[in-house]
Amino acid sequence: MRVDVQLADGLAEGDVDRWVPAASLLHSNGDAMDIAVKDGRIAGVRGRAVDRVNRGRLGPKDLFGWQANNSPDRLTRPLVREGGRLVETDWDTAMGRIVEKSQELLAGPGGWGRFGFYTTGQFFLEEFYALAVIGKAGIGTPHMDGNTRLCTATAAASLKATFGTDGQPGSYTDVDHCDAIALWGHNVAATQTVLWSRMLDRRHGTDPPAMLAVDPRRTPVAREADVHLAVRPGTNVALLNGLLREIIRNGWYDESYVAAHTIGFEALAETVGGYTPERVAEICDVTATDVRRAAELLGCARRLLSTVLQGFYQSNQATAAACQVNNLHLLRAMIGRPGAGVLQMNGQPTAENNRECGADGDLPGFRNWANPEHVEQLARLWNVDQRIIPAWSPPTHAMQIFRYAEQGSIRFLWVSATNPTVTLPDLARIRRILNQEGLFLVVQDLFLTETARYADVVLPAATWGEKTGAFTNADRTVHLSEKAVDPPGEARPDLDILLDYARRMNFRDRDGQPLLPWHTPEEVFDAWRECTRGRPCDYSGLSHAKLRDGGVQWPCTDDAPGGTERLYTDGVFHTDPDYCETYGQDLLTGAEFTGDEYRAKRPAGRAFLHAAAYQPSPEVPGPEYPLQLVTGRSLYHFHTRTKTARAPELHAAAPDVWVELHPSDAAVAGIGEGDRVRVESARGAVTAPARLSGVRPGVVFLPFHYGWWDRGDEPDGRAANELTLTAWDPVSKQPLFKSAAVRVARTEN
Amino acid sequence: MHVAHYLGLLHRAEANLADAYRQVGAAHAEEADVHHLTGRLAAQCDQHVERLAPFVERYAQEAPQEPERLHAELFAGARGGGLGVLRDLHDLYLMASYADITWTVLGQAAAGLRDDDLATAVAECEQDTSIQLSWLRTRMKAAAPQALVVA
Repeated sequence: MRVDVQLADGLAEGDVDRWVPAASLLHSNGDAMDIAVKDGRIAGVRGRAVDRVNRGRLGPKDLFGWQANNSPDRLTRPLVREGGRLVETDWDTAMGRIVEKSQELLAGPGGWGRFGFYTTGQFFLEEFYALAVIGKAGIGTPHMDGNTRLCTATAAASLKATFGTDGQPGSYTDVDHCDAIALWGHNVAATQTVLWSRMLDRRHGTDPPAMLAVDPRRTPVAREADVHLAVRPGTNVALLNGLLREIIRNGWYDESYVAAHTIGFEALAETVGGYTPERVAEICDVTATDVRRAAELLGCARRLLSTVLQGFYQSNQATAAACQVNNLHLLRAMIGRPGAGVLQMNGQPTAENNRECGADGDLPGFRNWANPEHVEQLARLWNVDQRIIPAWSPPTHAMQIFRYAEQGSIRFLWVSATNPTVTLPDLARIRRILNQEGLFLVVQDLFLTETARYADVVLPAATWGEKTGAFTNADRTVHLSEKAVDPPGEARPDLDILLDYARRMNFRDRDGQPLLPWHTPEEVFDAWRECTRGRPCDYSGLSHAKLRDGGVQWPCTDDAPGGTERLYTDGVFHTDPDYCETYGQDLLTGAEFTGDEYRAKRPAGRAFLHAAAYQPSPEVPGPEYPLQLVTGRSLYHFHTRTKTARAPELHAAAPDVWVELHPSDAAVAGIGEGDRVRVESARGAVTAPARLSGVRPGVVFLPFHYGWWDRGDEPDGRAANELTLTAWDPVSKQPLFKSAAVRVARTEN
Repeated sequence: MHVAHYLGLLHRAEANLADAYRQVGAAHAEEADVHHLTGRLAAQCDQHVERLAPFVERYAQEAPQEPERLHAELFAGARGGGLGVLRDLHDLYLMASYADITWTVLGQAAAGLRDDDLATAVAECEQDTSIQLSWLRTRMKAAAPQALVVA
C-alpha cells in the first residue's frame, strides 16, 4: 500500500522523535495523517494507512503545508492599536480591552445587537461549541456566522430542505461501489485530491463507472468525464430541470420509492415539464444531444453517486439547484445503499463542525430555531433562561452582519481564523466597513493577515499540531487531531482564548455557576456529546479516547458503536415536525414557512421534492460588461494562502494570480497568452497575466486566493473579490461568487 | 354584477405593488437581498397584471379609485436606515395583503361565475402573493429587533 510521506530535508523516518495523530486542516476531505516531531518542532507528515478516508494517501497541501507552522512571521504576542499603530502587548492588556469594550456595549439596551462574530471553517469542534455557547447563552446574540457561509451554507440548506435536517447522506465508500459518478460544479481534482485519486482508481480499474461533469471550465474532471456539460454560469436549475424531465418522461424513476418516501412529485413533474432538451440547450448554451446523453447516463445508472460543490453553491439559485440533485437521487431511489448516494460537499476542513455546533448561527445539534422545544432543550442543557437564546428569527448571516456593521449598529466584530478583507464580495466596500469609526475589531489568527491590519486588538492563535481537538469531514468522519508541539511564543489555542474571554466576561448560568465551566478540549467534547444525544449528528458513542483508535462516522451511539456509514438506508428521512431542523423555505425568495404550515404537509418521514423554475442571475453580462466572471481555487492554495504561500513548494507551484480566458474572447480583445489583462467590473479591477484555457466562451476565471499580505500594506489589484457583487442565495445566503459581469482589456503595466 | 369592480381593484393593486417593489428596491440598493428580490417580485406582479388583463376586458371594468389611494400613502419620501427598510417593507406587506384578499374574493366570484379560466388564474397567482407575504414577514421579523431595539 502506498503511504505518502514528506519530511524536512535530510530527515529519515527513523530519525523522527515521535508521530502524533492528526487529520488534514487544508481541505474538507479529512485525510488522516501523523505529524512527525523532531527536536520539539514539526518536521513532516505521513498519511495514515489504516484510516478509512485516505488509506495513507495525502494531497500536496498536506505534504507541504505543515511548514507554515514553523514560519518566522507567526504572531507570537498580542497586539493592540496605539496611536493608529499596532504594538505588542501582553495577554492581560489585550483581553482587558476586549472585555472592557464588550461590557460597555452589553450594558445598554439591545447590547447583544452590538456584537458580531465572524468565524471560520478551521476551528476544532470544541472551539466552535464554546463559541456558540458564548454567543447564544452568554451574550445572547444571533449575529454569529462563519466563512462557512461562503463555502458550505448551500450544502446545509439543501440537505435541510430535502431531508429535514443537515447531515451528509452518503459515504466516500460509495465511490468504490457506484457505476456512475456525477460531479456537479465540483472540480474534485483541485479541492480533494485524495478523493479524486479514489475516483480515478475506479475509472482506470476494472468495471469503471460512467462519469458526468458539469462545469464551465474544462477541468481535469471534465476531461476525464464521459459527458461534460460546460453550462453558462448561473443556469444550473434549468439544466437540472431538463435532466429531471428526461428521467421522468423516459420512465427512469422509481415510482414505488417516490410514492412511499417523497412528497411533491406532481408539482416537480409539472415544473420540469417545460424544460425540453432544446430549451435547456438555449438557456445553458450546451447541445440538446449532450443534455439527452447526460440524462441517459444518470437515468440508466444502477448505483449513482453525486458530488456537489461551489459551481452550484456559489452560483445563481444555489439552494434550488442543489435540491434538484437531491431530487434526482430520490426519483431514482439512489440513496442509502452502497454506491448510491449524495455527497453535498464542504469547502473547508471543519465546516461540518461549524454547522453542527452552531457557530454559523444554526442551533447546536441541528436543532430548529423555530421549534420552541428545541430551544428549551438547549436552555436546559446550559441551565439558562430560555429567553436569552436568540431564536426569534433566523440567525444573522455573514453578509447581513457586515451590513449591520456598515450601518453602525454592530460596533464590536470578532473575526477568528478567517480573512474577510480578501474573501468577501466587493472588497472596496468591506475595507470601508472595517475602517469605519466606531467599529471595534478583534482579529484572532496565526499571522498578520490583511484583515488583522485593520484590527484594534490582534490575538495570536495556535493552530493544527499545536492544540488538540476533534473535527469532522464531508462524509461525517470524526478524527482527533492532537497537539504535537508547543505554539510559538505566547500564541494560545483558540479554545483557551475563548474560555478566557468567557471567564473574564463572567458569563454565568441560572445558578450562578460558570456558563462555560471547561478547561480542556476533552471536557468540551464531553459536553458537546450530551448536546448531540438523540440528534442526527449523534456523538454520544464517541470520546477523545475512542477517536485515538481512528476516524468514526457519526451518528455513533450505543446502538451503533462503530459509527454509521450511510444515512437514510431505510428511506425514512428526518422530516418529522418535532425532529426536523427547519420548517422549510420557499426556494425563490427564502420565505420561511411556519410550523403549522409545515405540519399541514404531513411529511411523516418522507423527503421533500422541491421544485423551482429557472430565474436568471441578478447580474448578467450586458454591453458594458459583456463577460461573466467565475472565481475558484488552485490545487496548491487554501483560503487566502496564509499557510500555503508560506510553504515554499506550494508557493512556487502557484506564486501569483492569473486570469483564464477562452481563446475566442481573448482574440476579440487582442489578448495573447501571457499578456497582462485588466479585468473590470462595476466594483473594481484586477490585473493579471492571461492564460488562454478551456474555460467556456464568455466566461473569465480568476483564482480567489491572492490578497496582498506578501506584497505590502495596500491592496494591489490581485484579489478576485475586488470584482464580485454583493448578492446571495435567498435560502442559504451564500454569496454569488460566480455571477459578476466583467470586461477585459490588454494593459501594459 | 360587480365582478368588474374587483377585477379593476386587483388589476390596479398589482400594478401599484409592482411599482412599489421597484421603488423600495431602488431606495435600498445597499440592502442587497431587498434590492434583488423586489425586482423579481415586481416582475411577478407585472405577470399578474398581464394575466388579469383579458378578464378585465371580458368583464368590462369601471376604474376604481381605492388602490390608488393606498399606493399614494406608500412613499411620502424615501426612508433611510434600518428603520426605513422596516417601514418600507411594512408598507409593501399591507399592499400585498390587499392584493391577497382581493385574489380570495375574486376566486369566490370565479366559482360563482363557473369561470374556470379565471379560477385557474386566481389559484396560480394567489400562491405567488402568499409567498410574497411570507417573504416580507420573514424579512421584517429578522430586521425588527435590530432596527427597533439596537439601532
